[in-house]
Amino acid sequence: MNYEQLMSQRAQAIAPSPIRRFFDLAESMEGVISLGVGEPDFRTPWTIRSAAIATLERQAIFYGANSGLLELRKEISHFMERKYKLSYCPENELLVTIGGSEAVDLTFRTLLNPGDEVLITEPCFVCYAPLVSMADGVPVSLPTKEENEFRLTAEELKAKITPKTKLLMLSYPNNPTGGIMRREDYEAIAEVLRGTDIFVLSDEIYSEMTYGAKHVSIAELDGMRERTVVVNGFSKTFAMTGWRLGWMAAPKEIIAQARKIHQYGIMCAPMVSQRAAIEALKHCDADCAHMIEEYDHRRRFLLERFAQMGLSCFPAQGAFYLFPSIESSGMSSEDFCEKLLQEEKVAVVPGSAFGECGKNNIRISYAYSLKHLAEAADRMERFLERHRKG
Amino acid sequence: MKELLQLLKQNARLSDAELAAMLGRDEATVAKQIKELEESGVIRGYSVIVDEELADKNEVSAYIELKVTPQPDCGFDELAKIISGFESVESVTLMSGGYDLGITITGTGLRDIAGFVAQRLATLSGVLSTRTHFVLKRYKEKGILIQDEPGDERGVYL
Repeated sequence: MNYEQLMSQRAQAIAPSPIRRFFDLAESMEGVISLGVGEPDFRTPWTIRSAAIATLERQAIFYGANSGLLELRKEISHFMERKYKLSYCPENELLVTIGGSEAVDLTFRTLLNPGDEVLITEPCFVCYAPLVSMADGVPVSLPTKEENEFRLTAEELKAKITPKTKLLMLSYPNNPTGGIMRREDYEAIAEVLRGTDIFVLSDEIYSEMTYGAKHVSIAELDGMRERTVVVNGFSKTFAMTGWRLGWMAAPKEIIAQARKIHQYGIMCAPMVSQRAAIEALKHCDADCAHMIEEYDHRRRFLLERFAQMGLSCFPAQGAFYLFPSIESSGMSSEDFCEKLLQEEKVAVVPGSAFGECGKNNIRISYAYSLKHLAEAADRMERFLERHRKG
Repeated sequence: MKELLQLLKQNARLSDAELAAMLGRDEATVAKQIKELEESGVIRGYSVIVDEELADKNEVSAYIELKVTPQPDCGFDELAKIISGFESVESVTLMSGGYDLGITITGTGLRDIAGFVAQRLATLSGVLSTRTHFVLKRYKEKGILIQDEPGDERGVYL
């Protein structure tokens, strides 16, 4: 069969992961120390795991409601209310999904008509543009700048809006930069959007991981809730990546359409994970606080080490990434990462993987033990010393 | 102070500079706070968690439960102080429940510990009975795992 000719052109047009080859190489080498992983190193808190075990012991695992267990939706509603003063009706404004990524995919498929433009703030996680393309939309990159701490400004937004703009994609706290948006930053964005028909998709998967500033959701601002889909999940906050559970919160008209796609494509999110997630939302505040405190220690530790070794890095206030600039090395981010891997066996992700505007940066994950970070920092310091120019 | 203590409990070898960076304070402040904690007795000392199996295969540890008669005026304190004075005794705690004092001790062999219990502990005035439990294997101590950590199973998926 002539697969290329027969298969979906859209699917084939999606670019393969730009760094797969690089990390396959890293995995084949001995003694490599990685700062590449984008998920918590903590194990899921025991109380959540034991809730899952109890579910397996005591309950039948049947299909459940398409939207997710009502009890879970109620707890999600409480969580959003208590944390971000967002009010969503458990019955018809919340949908439990397979991770935040399904919710992102659903949102594109629910909102986009062919040719609709989606403005995607970059640098950003790698899934947005391909998913927009698969939903017949047109991804438009909206680069943010390090000098603005990777925040989106009203001017940058205005410059990219066209009559075809359907949706603004925001992801703060941001992967890969660690940047956050403050209320005043969102206020400026909201001012541009009020009175337009532009929707917002706000991926807030790292919402609980902020340091020194509390997370603000753009949906909190006047006139924004009606046009905003908020995506969040359990992966990062509760260290539950492999459990595959997230949610979307939006006006009921949007949820009603998204639910149909979810119903036919997925049926329902995994039931064991849903039962465990109820426990997470009810009883894990202390566990989460402990993890966040530890991330903060590591963040400060690395920022200090980077400062000492002369690696320029903006003081990220969110997620668990740092995004130092390697511009002064004179190398591209791919070259830098490849040399760092070959010479010192440290694997980090080139910033260019997250958009053109990240080409002078590297992404460092600090979801690792302090001992691990210290060793990696020592190696990076040696590397920089060797490649110092002039 | 609580955060500082927490970090030191996890790793007392962190330098003042490292602690300062992690806590967002300056180095001099951290040094001063540690000194205060030491002087006020909150910090009583610094130790190390050792995997005895690797360090010395002949060492034997035991946990001993002691039932004792509280003394007039000083209750359990006097006897606890006497027992704490033995160098081979690593910890002495007053317990609620089925016995009074809990003691951990390390010796060079079974006989060594048996001798200590029979000759030193059981003979102390006020000691009513002893129960000795030998440690077979240690898995975790003071929050530190005494076993090889599993390798990082996470991958990079992007």
